[in-house]
Amino acid sequence: MNWVWFHKWASPKWFFQKTDALVLWFGFLCLILLTVGTVWGLAFAPEDFKQGNSFRIFYIHVPSAILAQSIFMAMAISAAVGLIWRIKLAHIFVEVAAPIGASITLLALLTGAIWGKPTWGTWWVWDARLTSTLIQFFIYLGIISLYQAIENRDTASKATAIACLVGIVNLPIIKFSVNWWNTLHQPATFKLTEAPSMATEMWVPGLIMMIGFYLFFAYLVLIRMRSEVLEREKRSAWVREYLEKKDVL
Amino acid sequence: MYFDSFTDFIAMGGHGTFVWMAYACFLMVIIWNLVSPAIRRRQVLESARRYWRRVDAESQSTESPS
Repeated sequence: MNWVWFHKWASPKWFFQKTDALVLWFGFLCLILLTVGTVWGLAFAPEDFKQGNSFRIFYIHVPSAILAQSIFMAMAISAAVGLIWRIKLAHIFVEVAAPIGASITLLALLTGAIWGKPTWGTWWVWDARLTSTLIQFFIYLGIISLYQAIENRDTASKATAIACLVGIVNLPIIKFSVNWWNTLHQPATFKLTEAPSMATEMWVPGLIMMIGFYLFFAYLVLIRMRSEVLEREKRSAWVREYLEKKDVL
Repeated sequence: MYFDSFTDFIAMGGHGTFVWMAYACFLMVIIWNLVSPAIRRRQVLESARRYWRRVDAESQSTESPS
């Protein structure tokens, strides 16, 4: 039947074979986008009339901060899918996305602190946006250590998935922190429903970086998931064929 | 290019330290994200290889017990 086409995606073997070429494409595209975005943002975009050249940190700070939250959202959805339909690939996604999400959150925090020094005169303030993002980083670390602390893989997957569903409560707090509390951090510059309030030659490289960041995440998730699938399926015949094809065996 | 010279580009109008520090963090995060799955992949391939080597050795020893 046609409507069950997506069930194939739950099959580790099918996933592994279908993503073989996809990985290269994602890697290639994100390499191009991140290179173009970085060069454009650093050398060609104009400086901000108030912040000067420190504005160029925008091109990594904003994409990383947005991606850090998207990753957690994706992990929570995947965790729910894994719990409800018992799809192993969904659990694998949660486990491999967590360290990537942690590193991207750390990048948002570091670039934010570095940007804060010339703009606000301080590296760090304990205000709502910054503190809730720091908590997000700790939630990522908590999820990674929870998974590693439990010996049995199925139990670990279940516990991690539940932790993701609980951790999602922090996302609206980050999102609305700039509206709910007084904070040094400015509210969102970009809204889906309005035209950007920034000059075109400034936001276009930002958009390129944003797409590049998302593709980089997709690339990293795929290569990590493929390794975990291989590890779990190493006793099946198709893995043996793969090893022979790769001249490993 | 927005800057007049390479020196201007490095100096970033006095904000060079901050801009380059931020982009160095970016580079470090990229490198870590590429290196750590590469190490993991190597481990996984090695453990799968060892598994199949053992299976082959065992099946050979049962086929010809001499």
